[in-house]
Amino acid sequence: MAIQALSLRFGGVAALTRVSLEIRRGEILAVIGPNGAGKTSLLNSISGLYRPQEGSIRFFPAPDDEEGVELTRRRPDEIARLGIARTFQNIELFRHMTVLDNLLLGRHIHMRANVLTGGIWWGLAQREEIEHRAVVEEIIDFLEIEPIRRQPVGTLSYGLQKRVELGRALALEPQILLLDEPMAGMNVEEKEDMARFILDINEERGVTVVLIEHDMGVVMDISDRVAVLDFGSKIADGSPQEIRSHPDVIRAYLGQEHA
Amino acid sequence: MAETLPQLLVENAERWGDGRIALREKEYGIWQPVTWREYLGHVKAFCLGLVHLGLTPEDTVGIIGDNRPEWVYAELAAQAAGARSVGIYQDSIAEEILYIADHADVTFLVVEDQEQVDKVLEVIHRLPRVRKVIYHDPRGLRNYPEPLLMAFPQVEELGRAYEAEHPGWFEASVARGKATDIAILSTTSGTTSRPKLAMLTHRNLMSMARNLMAVDPLEPGDEYVSFLPLAWIGEQMMTINCGLTVGFTVNFPEEPETVQENIREIGPQVIFSPPRIWENMLSTVQVKIEDTTRMKRAIYRWALEVGYQMADTLFERRRPSLGLRLRYRLADWLVFAMLKDHLGLRRLKRCYTGGAALGPDVFRFYHALGVNLKQIYGQTEVGGISVVHRDGEIKFHTVGRPIPETEVRISEAGEILTRSPAVFVGYYRNPEATAETLQDGWLHSGDAGYFDEDGHLVVIDRLKDVMALRGGTRFSPQFIENKLKFSQYIREAVVFGHDRDYVTAMINIDFANVGKWAERRHIAYTTYTDLAQKPQVYALIRRDVERTNADLPEAARIRRFLLLHKELDADDAELTRTRKVRRRFIAERYQHIIQALYSGQEALEVETEITYQDGTTATIQTRLHIEEVA
Repeated sequence: MAIQALSLRFGGVAALTRVSLEIRRGEILAVIGPNGAGKTSLLNSISGLYRPQEGSIRFFPAPDDEEGVELTRRRPDEIARLGIARTFQNIELFRHMTVLDNLLLGRHIHMRANVLTGGIWWGLAQREEIEHRAVVEEIIDFLEIEPIRRQPVGTLSYGLQKRVELGRALALEPQILLLDEPMAGMNVEEKEDMARFILDINEERGVTVVLIEHDMGVVMDISDRVAVLDFGSKIADGSPQEIRSHPDVIRAYLGQEHA
Repeated sequence: MAETLPQLLVENAERWGDGRIALREKEYGIWQPVTWREYLGHVKAFCLGLVHLGLTPEDTVGIIGDNRPEWVYAELAAQAAGARSVGIYQDSIAEEILYIADHADVTFLVVEDQEQVDKVLEVIHRLPRVRKVIYHDPRGLRNYPEPLLMAFPQVEELGRAYEAEHPGWFEASVARGKATDIAILSTTSGTTSRPKLAMLTHRNLMSMARNLMAVDPLEPGDEYVSFLPLAWIGEQMMTINCGLTVGFTVNFPEEPETVQENIREIGPQVIFSPPRIWENMLSTVQVKIEDTTRMKRAIYRWALEVGYQMADTLFERRRPSLGLRLRYRLADWLVFAMLKDHLGLRRLKRCYTGGAALGPDVFRFYHALGVNLKQIYGQTEVGGISVVHRDGEIKFHTVGRPIPETEVRISEAGEILTRSPAVFVGYYRNPEATAETLQDGWLHSGDAGYFDEDGHLVVIDRLKDVMALRGGTRFSPQFIENKLKFSQYIREAVVFGHDRDYVTAMINIDFANVGKWAERRHIAYTTYTDLAQKPQVYALIRRDVERTNADLPEAARIRRFLLLHKELDADDAELTRTRKVRRRFIAERYQHIIQALYSGQEALEVETEITYQDGTTATIQTRLHIEEVA
């Protein structure tokens, strides 16, 4: 995916200013930056929740696809259908539904039967449901949430809810997974689990991962590349080692005088 | 006639083929079945894969992991090749795995997942004999470069290739198996020292299963849920030995956390669990009942009362009256059927508890529900069970009567001795321990016990913890203390009598429960000390002491007791942190009280120093009454 000269303004406030960024197939890319730097705005622009005023986001679904698809003018559901899934900073699940139902909802875009065809012949819908349940069960196994399969999401701990949300994003069978602070508010053990799941998703399922994260230990440990935003502009990108010693990054994080 | 477990498997596969389910594992939310033919297919492929990798009949295959079909395949595969297996508890730390694998001469380790692989790799450099470490859950292992690692299906693949080159090898190897071959090495629970490895032959394992099933028959098509560690002889006995002997279906839960739910889904015909599981189930029910509506609670209480009457009638082997039977029918319809369904106990033919004492209240509860819960006694060295309650002959304080082909007697020293075809052949590489345990074919259990008037065995304690009165009568303080503590009003008890003329007890009341009891009766009290010295409380506890005495031999009954003025406390070093009585320390600290217990006086004045949590000390002075029983 190639993001070029992306700008996003809310009235007179510039959230993103000419941000260009490349997301490579199969990598884990961390987006970091101080609060208000525009990290979430960037994810929202990719997933179609925000409409950037300038610039382009081109997504290349297949490796040999030179042309790509422009995302900036598309609706969120179209973008999801293209294979881009995400989780949110604040958990966005249906609290009164079970884990299983929440995950099955993630399969919604893959459903073919509709009210009309379902009304005429339910064989198709039934067969589809079995297929989708199989995909979802595979995810349940992957995320090790078998014991809570039938529990309403609202009764679960915060860490588990985060895991369920990740599961729902996976149920889309995405090519790119956008994770907005997947480890915020977790204890050390939950963070370790989540880091392991992210690595497994990336390596075993071949999903490209873009994550926003504040825990630098995690970022440096698991990501292949790091991009740094500050006041809506990208100030650096590169390997974790490069970023760690990058003067602009140190300045942005620690303030001018320390640099 | 099958002589070995793999031969039994081959017989079952020939008899039932794909027509019956041998195993089930819940995976991806569905119970995935394995037929008898497939069961044999996996065992055969894995066996030949191991042979291809160099397994010889002199080898031992170590198995570590949760209850999964692969665990069972690995054991039977080892045996089919003429080798043996050793189960290692899945929660063992690396050092323990090292000890057992090294001591048992393990050449192949079959482990479940990354967690176990990590532990094994930590010590692998000290296990030069190990040729392969085979895992069956590949998650997280993709980047392990370790050349010793191999995936379970890969080994099976090798086995199938081997089969093509050596057709008939497997069948011939299985047919060569003899009843006297060592089938497994089973770790004995070493609470004090390093675990010993008991060598059990196919004859041991199969005769034990046959004789248990003769007492408590099960049939093909019955269901069993395997959820306790397979390295434990009890689970080995049910899942593999009885499973193959009878041909019932063994079900493996999805995850350790889903066991309760999975039991409910399966509705097994038989369950074998230590007391902990039964106690947990009971307390879950009690908690839920407290949370429900007043109406439902009232119905539950009524039904349970009827259930208790029914259970007690049957325990006493009387015929229940028509009225009771009708009321029980109603109670069952209103409460018990649903409750049992909820707990997954509805289709039980019987279930067992063993390993430690289970309180009579727990026993009565399950029998009130109509659940046929029975006590067993056994040990690793007899392949599992040697003594069991017969249906309709339940006595709380006994473990029942020996199963067929099993002789049990009590030695001069009071030790339980067993002789049967299931008695093991010795400890692996430990002739000294073998000579100590196995004398003239009799297995020396190290347990003290006696037979009651009905021929039921009563297990008292470990022999080394048994004490003797001056007259020579043996008694176990811990056995009596545990019986006292079954009462909800007794929190802690210390029993004395070593080298004395009779048995006495020092008892701690349970402040919360006795306090509530006193409030309901409008008995005013101020402190713990005050409550403990109320005559009514003495009368209450006296009933518990008398009940305990009823189960004890005449000479070992509690003659005198007193209620202590303070709670025994780990902060005062009277208990260990795990709440075990520190007998010697207490004997010293309370010697004046013990003297009084043996002096015939009716009361004594005490003065004790106690340590508060902030470290300050204070002295209490009070008068303690001594109660005479019988």
